Amino acid sequence: MKKTAFISAAAAAVMAFGATAASAATLDDVKARGELRCVVSTGLAGFAYTDSAGVYQGFDADFCRATAAAVLGDASKVKFVPATGKTRFTILNSGEGDVLWRNTTWTFVRDVDVKLTFVGVNYYDGQGFMVPKSLGVKSAKDLDGATVCIQTGTTTELNLADFFRTNKIKYEPVPIETNDESRTNYLAGRCDVYTTDASGLAATRSTFPNPKDHVILPEIISKEPLGPAVRQGDDAWGDTIRWVLNATLAAEELGITQANVAELAKGTNNPEINRMLGTEGDLGAMLGLQKDWVVKVISAVGNYSEIFERHIGPSTPIALERGLNALWTQGGLQYTPPFR
Amino acid sequence: MNTTTADHDMEGRSALSKLWTNREARSVILQILTMAALIGFFAFILTNAVANLAAVGKTFSYDFLGEPASYDINQSLIDYTSRDTHLRAGVVGLLNTGLVAICGIVLATVLGFILGVLRLSPNFLLNKISYVFIEFTRNVPVLLHILLIHGIIVHALPHPKVASTEYNLADLFFLSNRGVFAPKPLMEPLFWATIIAFVVGVGFTIWFRRHAKKVQDETGKIYPVFWISVAAIIGLPVIVFFITGAPINWDVPEFQRFNFKGGMVVLPEFMALWLALSLYTAAFIGEIVRAGILSVSHGQWEAAGALGIRRGRILNLVIIPQALRVIIPPLTSQYLNLTKNSSLAIAIGYMDIVATLGGISLMQTGKEMETMILVIAVYLVISLMISAFMNWYNKRIKLVER
Repeated sequence: MKKTAFISAAAAAVMAFGATAASAATLDDVKARGELRCVVSTGLAGFAYTDSAGVYQGFDADFCRATAAAVLGDASKVKFVPATGKTRFTILNSGEGDVLWRNTTWTFVRDVDVKLTFVGVNYYDGQGFMVPKSLGVKSAKDLDGATVCIQTGTTTELNLADFFRTNKIKYEPVPIETNDESRTNYLAGRCDVYTTDASGLAATRSTFPNPKDHVILPEIISKEPLGPAVRQGDDAWGDTIRWVLNATLAAEELGITQANVAELAKGTNNPEINRMLGTEGDLGAMLGLQKDWVVKVISAVGNYSEIFERHIGPSTPIALERGLNALWTQGGLQYTPPFR
Repeated sequence: MNTTTADHDMEGRSALSKLWTNREARSVILQILTMAALIGFFAFILTNAVANLAAVGKTFSYDFLGEPASYDINQSLIDYTSRDTHLRAGVVGLLNTGLVAICGIVLATVLGFILGVLRLSPNFLLNKISYVFIEFTRNVPVLLHILLIHGIIVHALPHPKVASTEYNLADLFFLSNRGVFAPKPLMEPLFWATIIAFVVGVGFTIWFRRHAKKVQDETGKIYPVFWISVAAIIGLPVIVFFITGAPINWDVPEFQRFNFKGGMVVLPEFMALWLALSLYTAAFIGEIVRAGILSVSHGQWEAAGALGIRRGRILNLVIIPQALRVIIPPLTSQYLNLTKNSSLAIAIGYMDIVATLGGISLMQTGKEMETMILVIAVYLVISLMISAFMNWYNKRIKLVER
């Protein structure tokens, strides 16, 4: 059921009535509350979805858990706040959520004018198109006259308009609120094409009755760096989120896994591992966290590679390759500054 | 000393309590207090909103309305491209709201009057059918009607490819899950003659109705006003149209690779919203009409009958004018409800003002306060306009007392 309008209105109302929403020290608020409010998608296979037991699972959901593990020492202390493409920033800015781990593209306007701070990229993506195989479309430029389902309020909506305009081809947009409804409308034939981030297409296709009947076209028409965002003006909290993400990447780089983290935390002869896991130096305290915050993160969800493989990697139904998201040492873009 | 103070206190108290027991004074005091509370409340909201916006570093400004909207809209009554401004996108949305509201009001009124009359019909079957329809329709939330009808259109109707061969009418009209496609008229220059004929027909009808009334008042002679009006308004333009050689071309929709091209289309989202709002509101209007007709006492029928007036004319001249006085005020609120309910368009992606300005523009610019205030103001203005029109109409038809 759709409640976007109501949420938008409610958010406007919160702006009007609420106590000053964006208090500067989100970290203290979260600790005092003993619960992290993590804004995620309303449902996207592999990234954030509720399993049969009603528990949020997925790539983004695990980063929420990692954050809770780092800040509160307990990965289960997360309250998931589902948001549509339209409501997510309002929910964050009005203080209903502490952090956005929700397939959100880092753009100039969002970073600067919507008053968010993007603190990293946990998935490098790009916008693609999916069509039924039976249409025989080979390229996105063949789509003249097609009907296209889009999630409204997203960057994909703007990229789509630009792509068709610059290629001088016509289309009919069908604006839809959530990924689930897009799926329903696409399968019912309300539209010929579904467009969103390529990872989202793969995730959605994996839930179709016959995934093989649909192809993702070769064109990637945009850069979609998806990453976590926090409210602007709370640098300490932004640092926390940034280094939680970096910790999972550094852990992969250094070979720290869910299985061996407890062993390594007893001390190694690699000083960087020691600094991360808190046996040397005091990096945790500098962030206002416990000494063993990285140990908590890795033992809760594993390193970046483990999170990736568990939810969206080649062995899952989503079957995404690491591609751009491989570590820099393996030809990808994922690169973390040193823990020093 | 002490006694004087006490006296003063006594006097003060009694003066105050006198003020309180005085009915007029009390009412003035209460009104002042209420006003003060209201002003304080709104001042609090305003300062708090400003403070909150400042706290997240946002400014309150409508400058974004002049920026390019950058998104496409699938149904627009005016020219619109993604390079047009947010303001124009808002206007497109507003016109779409207006379109569905007007179409909805027309259909709901027609259906409502039919339902209302059927509810009073002595025919058992008609009566019960309309009873069941009304009770079902008005007791299910309108949002469910919208989703249901949209679901039926999208899931049950065929893909355009199938529709192009199987669900068509004379290869001109096509019914598919992407909408109803129909030929689009393209006017040639000579078509102006037909339009002029139509205007002349309407003008003649207005004059003729006055004339007929005058003749009837003076001599009692009754002209067949209805049929002469039909001849003037429809017959005359049709004759002119054919005399000038039918100066119109049709752009017939044709199935191409993905969808029909050319022609006109009624999108599923519009159809679902329009039908759902109309059916839902028609059920309420049906009951209002029934109440209105029942409110005219039976004596009126009998009195008119005793004068030898036929049943149809009794209804037209005696019953309906009186019933309207009861019908119009609640009808107004139904029209208002329909217009405001059209904002549920968002559930199925119909691009009304909530979806454009209050939806995508809000999202792309991050201006929640500004867009929401604008959308609220627009609905307020629309509602007040409908209300003003209906009040004017109500005044016109109210009982003229002699």
